[in-house]
Amino acid sequence: MEALWFAIASVMVALYVVLDGFDFGAGILHLFVAREDRERRQVLSAIGPYWDGNEVWLLAAGGVLFLAFPKVLASGLSGFYLAIFLLLWVLLLRGIGIEFRSHVADRMWRGFWDATFALASLLAPVLLGAALGNLVRGVPLDEEGWFGLSLFDSFSPFGALGILDWYTVLAGVFALVAITHHGALFLVWKTDGPVQARSRTAAARLFPLVVGLWIAASAATLSVAPLLLEGLRARPLAWISSALFLAGLATSFLARRAGRDLAAFLGSCAFLLGLLAATAAALYPTMIRAVPDAARSLTALNSAASPEALEKGLYWWPIGFVLALGYAALLFRLHRGKAQAAPEGEGY
Amino acid sequence: MTDPLFWHRLQFGFTATFHYIFPQLTMGLAALIVVFKALALRTGGEGWTLAARFWTRVFGISFAVGVVTGIPMEFQFGTNWAVFSSRTGGVIGQTLAMEGLFAFFLESSFLALLVFGERRLGPRRHFLAALALFFGSWLSGYFIIATDAFMQHPVGHSSAADGSLQIASLLEYVFNPWALVQYLHNQMGALVTGAFAVAAVGAFWTLRGEHAAAARASLRVGVVAGFIGSALVAFPSGHMQGRMVADHQPIALAAMEGRFESGTHAPLSFIGQPDVANRRLDNPIRLPGILSEIAYGDFSANVRGLEEFPESDWPTNIELLYYSFHVMAGLGTLFIALMALALGMLWLGRLERTRVLLWALALAFPFPFIANTAGWLTAELGRQPWLVYGILRTSEGGSPTVHGGATLFTTLGFAGLYFVLGILFLALVSAEVRRGPAAAQGGH
Ligand code: HDD
Ligand code: HEM
Ligand code: HEM
Repeated sequence: MEALWFAIASVMVALYVVLDGFDFGAGILHLFVAREDRERRQVLSAIGPYWDGNEVWLLAAGGVLFLAFPKVLASGLSGFYLAIFLLLWVLLLRGIGIEFRSHVADRMWRGFWDATFALASLLAPVLLGAALGNLVRGVPLDEEGWFGLSLFDSFSPFGALGILDWYTVLAGVFALVAITHHGALFLVWKTDGPVQARSRTAAARLFPLVVGLWIAASAATLSVAPLLLEGLRARPLAWISSALFLAGLATSFLARRAGRDLAAFLGSCAFLLGLLAATAAALYPTMIRAVPDAARSLTALNSAASPEALEKGLYWWPIGFVLALGYAALLFRLHRGKAQAAPEGEGY
Repeated sequence: MTDPLFWHRLQFGFTATFHYIFPQLTMGLAALIVVFKALALRTGGEGWTLAARFWTRVFGISFAVGVVTGIPMEFQFGTNWAVFSSRTGGVIGQTLAMEGLFAFFLESSFLALLVFGERRLGPRRHFLAALALFFGSWLSGYFIIATDAFMQHPVGHSSAADGSLQIASLLEYVFNPWALVQYLHNQMGALVTGAFAVAAVGAFWTLRGEHAAAARASLRVGVVAGFIGSALVAFPSGHMQGRMVADHQPIALAAMEGRFESGTHAPLSFIGQPDVANRRLDNPIRLPGILSEIAYGDFSANVRGLEEFPESDWPTNIELLYYSFHVMAGLGTLFIALMALALGMLWLGRLERTRVLLWALALAFPFPFIANTAGWLTAELGRQPWLVYGILRTSEGGSPTVHGGATLFTTLGFAGLYFVLGILFLALVSAEVRRGPAAAQGGH
């Protein structure tokens, strides 16, 4: 049962990254691939109908952690206190940027929100990537399972720990580049004209960076958390996930070259999903890894809610999950085809 | 000043109060937009369509601010109240997760379709989008209230050996009797906010002689809904809330009324200033027996005063609790009077020519926000000193590793961001009101 909820939480986090990831990517890129107002609104039309629903995956994943692993949620959120608030503020500015920009037809107003939107979209994946880096590297849990980390300290994953050190920053930068590439492929699929052409170029330039940083981040992970390799080797699920992300990475490259835009975007989705799934499978059952004393780690087994809570959650969770996927499918269907900038006042 | 608990409380209270400004408006407007669209579909009247379109735009702006201010709240349970979260997650995690899965996905998926989709969907399917938003937003209200109700009146749980609470009966927990009453009262409060806003804009346009069709439609729906909402908020729902507090939180009731001594034939005080140090209410103006009747349905019932309870169980801010309750109940009475008058004039067909009344309606829209905020302050301050009533004290629920400097920093951050956000919201909505419905084309 604990394993099932661990899997559920992982899937929801991964879906969040894949879905909100394309909004972040499009947000980072739109200053460059969309130069005039009409083009900017085309980008916003492409993500406008989805961004809020995508963000709810983060809330829903948080809700699932709350339900099934309350101690993990409480320890993680309070331990990363400042970084969490930075993330919350960044998400707030991102949402306001999207929703407020088009309400006033003024160049300075729109320029301001476009820049805010881009900056917030850029910071979010860095913070999320660094957060994942922290979980892999480990945090100094006390006997009661609490910790408190300042934003940075010695900048070394082996010295006095802070949220940011060279390893977690590397994870953040890798996340940033992978998400930007992901967003570029989304825009290639959902737009046309000059925006599509520029997004295609951006994706082509970013791809080598994604591969390079992926190799660097993997190598660094092995030195920071050698345990992960054992997990990877021992678990068939981790092999399947690894195959998935390798295939996805290759598809995102080959399909883009072949002009199969949807396939390229789906390849990037598979890459992100597979990477996160492989990490989760290798880490299981550890949820918050304790360093230096690994015995203090919060795991799916020692921090789960009671069996009744886990069982009762299963009565309704599948229904909600199917509904959520259904709404997303309905939205993609209703907005199928290329996104066009809406007439002034009738859309984003 | 650097006690982290103080800042956790201030921050949570401030961000929740700010957040709730927007959902009360959107939940109220969502219901009224459904009404406007239903009337438009049935009668084909131009005014209903224009009003629906205009209010949908205002709804979109408010909803966006509600979303971005709501997301931090969800995480503040973990960042600020880590001990509380880890001890009660086995219970309240259920409704918080349900809210995400069943309500937030529904709302967020259909928002853009409602606000920008009139042309794409056509009138009938656009009506369905409005219905989905109404249903989703009222559903999210239920889940969050059920969560709060558990903190006010814990049911359906069991206590584990390690001190954590675990769910025992999902049905009992989700259908907590406290939640049902609180939900009814709270939703009527939201309807009042929405209706007052709609009536205010209708009155404003009428006074200026602008946008006649939409002004008329807004005025009519706003006044009728405003009257229904104001009546229901007091009776039966406010009355039921009072009974419930009397039964389950007698200390909170005594503090709400500034009642230090026990006694039968308890009076209701309209005005008076609680002097907690000397345990008395200064300058009271009272109606004898009414409090006994409200609390226990009997004019002669004994209502216990604060003196009967240990001081360590008294709410921590009795003065603010007392004023909050009186502001809410006082405003509630005024709302009924104002809306009854407006409804009467509407009935006689004279509302649009009675300029004094139009002015009153145009200026009344801030007061429901105040009443709702005061109501929540009553509920949350009355719950003190408990986080989960009778089980977990607020002083035990905070995050153990977060220090005062960090909490002050994030509280100041929220203060700055929300100040700017509030100004932007007001500017955007007043620009919409001045532009009026003509420019608000969802297109056909
Ligand atoms: C327009 C808003 C509004 C108005 C006019 C009223 N209320 Fe209210 N009241 C609320 C909006 C509200 C609220 C915001 O919805 C609260 C806060 C928590 C809740 O669920 O409802 C609330 C809470 C609340 C509580 C506190 C419950 C607790 O401690 O948990 C009581 C006893 C009442 N109400 C009673 C009344 C009475 C007797 C009113 C007389 C007219 C009244 N309310 C008018
Ligand atoms: C939206 C309307 C709400 C408002 C205006 C509001 C207001 C407040 C205020 C003023 C406080 C500080 C009380 C004090 O420390 O003395 C507070 C505390 C708190 N409220 Fe609310 N609240 C609202 C809704 C909720 C809901 C729905 C929940 C639960 C789901 C909730 C959970 C809490 C918690 C956990 C605390 C902190 C602990 C405490 O001080 O008791 N609040 N709220
Ligand atoms: C303190 C506790 C609260 C928390 C943790 C909370 C959480 C949230 C979150 C995360 C959102 C954004 C959802 C999205 O992305 O679509 C939201 C919006 C919303 N919340 Fe709250 N909320 C709280 C209090 C309340 C209360 C008391 C109500 C009403 C009874 C309420 C009703 C709504 C509604 C209707 C929305 C939709 C957006 C809007 O209408 O503005 N919330 N809330």
